[in-house]
Amino acid sequence: MTAYLLRRILLLIPLMFGITLITFTVIHMAPGEPVEMQMAMNPKVGKEARERLQKFYGLDKPLHVQYVTWVKQLAQFDFGRSFSSDNRPVLDKIKERLPVTLSLNIVALVIEFGLAIPIGVLAAVHRNTLLDKGITVFVFLGFAVPTFWLALLLMYLFGVKLNWLPISGMHTLGYEAYGWFGQLLDLAKHLVMPILVASFGSLAGVSRYMRSAMLQVIEQDYITTARAKGLSERVVIWKHALRNALLPLITLVGFSLPGLIGGSVIFETIFSIPGMGQLFYQGVMARDYPVVMGILVIGAFLTLLGNLLADISYALADPRIRQQ
Amino acid sequence: MFKKSFAYTVFWPRLRRNRLAMLGGTVVLMLFVISLLAPWLSPYHPSTINAWEVLQPPTCQHWFGTDELGRDVLARVLFGARISLKVGFVAVGIAVLLGMTVGLLAGYYGGWLDTLLMRLVDIMLCFPSFFLILAVIAFLQPSIWIIMAVIGLTGWMGVARLVRAEVLTIREMEYILAARCIGCSDLRIITRHILPNALSPVLVAATLGVAGAILTESALSFLGIGVQPPTPSWGNILTSGKDYIEFAWWLSLFPGLAILITVLSYNLLGEGIRDALDPRTIR
Repeated sequence: MTAYLLRRILLLIPLMFGITLITFTVIHMAPGEPVEMQMAMNPKVGKEARERLQKFYGLDKPLHVQYVTWVKQLAQFDFGRSFSSDNRPVLDKIKERLPVTLSLNIVALVIEFGLAIPIGVLAAVHRNTLLDKGITVFVFLGFAVPTFWLALLLMYLFGVKLNWLPISGMHTLGYEAYGWFGQLLDLAKHLVMPILVASFGSLAGVSRYMRSAMLQVIEQDYITTARAKGLSERVVIWKHALRNALLPLITLVGFSLPGLIGGSVIFETIFSIPGMGQLFYQGVMARDYPVVMGILVIGAFLTLLGNLLADISYALADPRIRQQ
Repeated sequence: MFKKSFAYTVFWPRLRRNRLAMLGGTVVLMLFVISLLAPWLSPYHPSTINAWEVLQPPTCQHWFGTDELGRDVLARVLFGARISLKVGFVAVGIAVLLGMTVGLLAGYYGGWLDTLLMRLVDIMLCFPSFFLILAVIAFLQPSIWIIMAVIGLTGWMGVARLVRAEVLTIREMEYILAARCIGCSDLRIITRHILPNALSPVLVAATLGVAGAILTESALSFLGIGVQPPTPSWGNILTSGKDYIEFAWWLSLFPGLAILITVLSYNLLGEGIRDALDPRTIR
């Protein structure tokens, strides 16, 4: 186990370098230099700012020197300063946005798996019945619905027609005046739709995956054994079979991370939620290079970390992997 | 010859029996026809501005209503089909070509090349792909060609892994050994003996990939960094749908339904092809 862990952690180093290299290449693929483009886009940026930017990028130096300098800064958690008028360190900006996006995504992930697992199991157990077919239809619709369209429909229904839920932001104006319960309720009302949209995105995929994992497990000999012992069907399915079918799902959690983080651009923009996705979108629109580079790197590192955690938990949960 | 007989005797009959897949295939074909005939089918020009008919709900003259500039939404949705089709095919074409090349090279040659290429795949998969696409497009000028290229360049990793896995098994087959014995070059073995046998999973991935690319393009256009107005795309019609959500539901409903139906059809077709090619169920 220790050897496995060590190997996995050592493998992170080249991957991290790869991530920085690709981010750097992507940014420098742009025609013209970042500073020139920034000038063209925003004539208000003064001479002083131009010098600061050029110094930040070291644009007079060859590309490989620029890359090394940038990576050295990254290693010290220095992501540079934002191009926007507040000129704050990128890291500070990300720090205040990241918790919003992470907590939203974690809640969405819990809801998604909490729904997808029973749906998948039910579809597998009642294979080829009306229930299974109904679930399949739902799953295919789920695959095909653009999340931003779903968000629009929900906004129209609950926000405009029924007027039950607010359609943007995280708080009502003047929410500080409410008691703690009122504040919580206010927050919940604002976040119901975003979380619903975020979790719906991959609900279909996960339940489909769960169904096929379950179908494979049900055919195994140990399930026949469990039935032969006279265990009730409920115990056989929800305990013996489910536990084994859940294993591959651990990896799926890791894999679904980039999708969730990427999807946050869409629902945070639509619902005006001040998270990392919105920051990224604003950064992209304002061509705020340090912010975009910083979020790209951090987003990829988070995914890397998530995958590592998923693999470790898999090894912890499955002795067959550990012994390899 | 074998390939042909397989397609006629096994694949096509199996696919035809799958009603949902045929439905998906039919809709896909219809979309082709619609995008080809859009100028003739459409009652109005998609960019004709009519200040007297701004934000009209669906009527007999305008089946899908009109948008904030008085343009006919039906016409814009019909012309939008062209964009979706183009983006879907070109983006997936790029992704498949790139993924296939990487997968073939990595699987056939193995060794350090395999390690290098597969690490590249791992790295690319770490990036939230939507972030990567946004970043690239933001730094270049958004145009439909850039969008297709970027969606393709960020979507080849799955195909690469699939092809590599196929190649690893095919490589050990006796007919490859035989080909090598009679002196076939690596290039010939790869293109004539390995590639044709590794194509089935690629076909499935490509069909599902078109659906994914259409979704991505519509999301990008919705966010305003995709296809730029006045060129109509389902995504950018939905942008005005969002702006006028309180007054004009038809602006949001119809383009969204168009995306839903298109993506659903490609997915149904793709799943059907997967089932029809599944060796475990071929008798």
